[in-house]
Amino acid sequence: MMKFKDCVAGLALVAALASPTFAEISVKVAYDADPVSLDPYEQLSGGTLQLNHMVFDPLVRWTQDLEFESRLAESWEQIDPTTMRFKLRKGVTFHSGNAFTAKDMDWTFDRVKESPDFKGIFAPFTDIEVVDDYTIDLKTSEPFPLVLHTATYLFAMDSAFYSGQTADGKDKAEIVKHGDSFASRNISGTGPFVVSEREQGVKVVFDRFDGYWDSASKGNVDEIILTPIKEDPTRVAALLSGDVDFIAPVPPTDLARVEKAEGVNLITMPGTRIITFQMNQDRVEAFKDPKVRQAIDYAVNNTGIVDRIMRGFGTVGAQASPAGYLGYISDLEPRYDVEKAKALMAEAGYADGFSISMMAPNNRYVNDDKIAQAVASMLSKIGITVDLQTLPKAQYWPEFDARAADMMMIGWHADTEDSANFHQFLSACADKTSGNGQYNAGNYCNPEADKLMDMANAETDIAKRREHLQRLEQILYDEAAYIPLHWQNLAWGAKEGMNAGDIVNALNFPYFGDLTVAK
Amino acid sequence: MFAYLVKRVFQAIAVMLAISLIAFAIQGNLGDPLRELVGQSVSEEVRQKLRDDLGLNDPFAVQYLRFLGNALQGDLGTSYFFKEPALDVILKKLPATLELVFGATVIIIGLSIPLGVFTAIWPNSILTRIILSLSIVGLSIPVFLTAILMIFFFSVELGWMPSFGRGEIVHVFGYWETNFATKDGWAHIIMPSIALSSIMLPMFIRLIRAEMIDVLQSEYIRYAQAKGIAPWRIYFVHALKNTLLPVITVGGVQIGTMVAYTILTETVFSWPGMGAMFLEAVNRVDTPLIVAYLIVVGFIFVLTNTIVDLIYGLVNPTINLARMGA
Repeated sequence: MMKFKDCVAGLALVAALASPTFAEISVKVAYDADPVSLDPYEQLSGGTLQLNHMVFDPLVRWTQDLEFESRLAESWEQIDPTTMRFKLRKGVTFHSGNAFTAKDMDWTFDRVKESPDFKGIFAPFTDIEVVDDYTIDLKTSEPFPLVLHTATYLFAMDSAFYSGQTADGKDKAEIVKHGDSFASRNISGTGPFVVSEREQGVKVVFDRFDGYWDSASKGNVDEIILTPIKEDPTRVAALLSGDVDFIAPVPPTDLARVEKAEGVNLITMPGTRIITFQMNQDRVEAFKDPKVRQAIDYAVNNTGIVDRIMRGFGTVGAQASPAGYLGYISDLEPRYDVEKAKALMAEAGYADGFSISMMAPNNRYVNDDKIAQAVASMLSKIGITVDLQTLPKAQYWPEFDARAADMMMIGWHADTEDSANFHQFLSACADKTSGNGQYNAGNYCNPEADKLMDMANAETDIAKRREHLQRLEQILYDEAAYIPLHWQNLAWGAKEGMNAGDIVNALNFPYFGDLTVAK
Repeated sequence: MFAYLVKRVFQAIAVMLAISLIAFAIQGNLGDPLRELVGQSVSEEVRQKLRDDLGLNDPFAVQYLRFLGNALQGDLGTSYFFKEPALDVILKKLPATLELVFGATVIIIGLSIPLGVFTAIWPNSILTRIILSLSIVGLSIPVFLTAILMIFFFSVELGWMPSFGRGEIVHVFGYWETNFATKDGWAHIIMPSIALSSIMLPMFIRLIRAEMIDVLQSEYIRYAQAKGIAPWRIYFVHALKNTLLPVITVGGVQIGTMVAYTILTETVFSWPGMGAMFLEAVNRVDTPLIVAYLIVVGFIFVLTNTIVDLIYGLVNPTINLARMGA
């Protein structure tokens, strides 16, 4: 820590010598967790992607309206059904001083293919071919509609920096999921910030990269100090007392408080994570009958849950795809009609109801345990007696994998930001070899739906794709494949004077590089 | 004395072996560490391979023996989250926790002795009633609630105190960075220390009061009074000394317990110590870190108890240490 003291002394000296108008803009950010590793491809999680967008740049990135925005790729064109050609930006340098070229993109792609967490997303891709120093061809084995979606995950790594061996003879490029690696502690990207100090679980300090290529960016923050504050009340208190400038997430119980507080702004946005219940058809005979599943959907009051439990902090859903996704059908209304539900139960021959078990996590999604309790009591009105068990997420997932209850809760966010992803994981026929239906704890299986998903995944024409995906969504709705509840909203709290509203997005990684703060 | 220490060392080893076995036995019920290590869409096949790499698929006995073998060489495993030897992670977090415990201990000793003595000498004073009523309140409010209320009141509403973390700390040596060298550091440690002391302080006031009342009724105090010795001398020299004997015993055990209470206090204040680290480790199913933490805390318990016994021997020479714990 001698270094830190020197640093402080040095800074004080610099501050004393600098002209009085010079003021460093430092922003203190508190999240509920900090990134697990500095390796951009070690873990596919929100924390890692947040870090990646600060220290690295992807080929393209999402805008607030879910459009694609150019980053390291200046332009792109489809040159044949399985090849997308990207023209790369010139004059970009890494934090190490190395120049960014097509070679780095090629190297990064090969490394991503080795990452246990990311290789699934990149499975349709076969190779990057370097055409010249600033042109690459991204190849897929079949025509693939989500090339740009996936390119948002291609963050250029500094191939020279990450090549070679460490002092103790380890390959600098290796991805280690558990244990030490060069890339988990050393970092060099092209992004707006450089990691200057890091104490895991305590803080990460980011300094503005002087040589950042994007001179058009209005971002004027010189330093960001990221501190994890796990406890919701403490995080909110830290914002309200002025100890930090920006927090995420703002817990639903404190939304009103943050909104009313002086000197602090609340920013909210509809999210893309759908919360659902699945009905296990292998465990409960009655769930095989679509009428029973529909009855359950009619019995559950989605709007009531959002209003009362989520305090309006959610968007009521009737399907998996949120608005803005290709498969989203705007006319689908949440079903709620208890009388109709009872009638359907009687029609199916279950007028007297039956008993089921239910499991839900209690610390994974916003108010997950309260939602489960509400659903259980709603089901009791149509004669379904629910034995509910809620568990911490660490214990919940093994139970979920074992399909240990008749109804189980799961929330899903599509890594690809695409409708097909929901079906692939949540409702496709379970198949170990393809990995389809990995989280299908309902054991719902409809070959017609799967065919639509496959067709959509091979269709590059957007209009046709939309048609397939909407038909798929309609089938899942008609058959009540599972019970969609709502999409969780996102909320950030920021000190007045920070234009945080401009940098947030539905993906929940604010682009801090573009953050402007009033001086 | 030497025989006593040897005996204690063996006891400590036995205790830690037992803790490690229990910790190992429950870790299977803590959840699946893989869930926290990989993203949600990672295939089952990749998960299984990682489980194999981590040795999680081996039988319990194999895993435990491998752990013991490594532990004998000073390796308690590598934390999944910190990617460092678990013992190093804990040792880095230990000073923050010990400073917090130290702060709370100072508050407890500094307040419980005068207040305990006062309430014993003047049992009918209004102040005594106030102190005793407040101590009931203090005993019955959970630590995390005290902590949150303090943050809300002193940080948010009044803006007097910082709300979280350690603030500016100064390096002393090794892993030790101290809060006590800067004004900012002092400001940060005050509220967590008070919160942590809030359970123990009332208990000690009541303990000292009860012991003191007992002692004040004994023969030798009456004799001293009859002899005309100054009251403050009787209270603070003759009576207090004998009052403190049982207090030291209880105190030693309670300091160990306080390390456990740091879990809540540190979590609420985002204090970067090993208590908050432990709760995080449980949430992340970072099993090597959980096991190592339990072993270290077990060691602290054994250590404080040993020290208390030694001090007890010094204060009360009639105790024969060599025969204790036999």
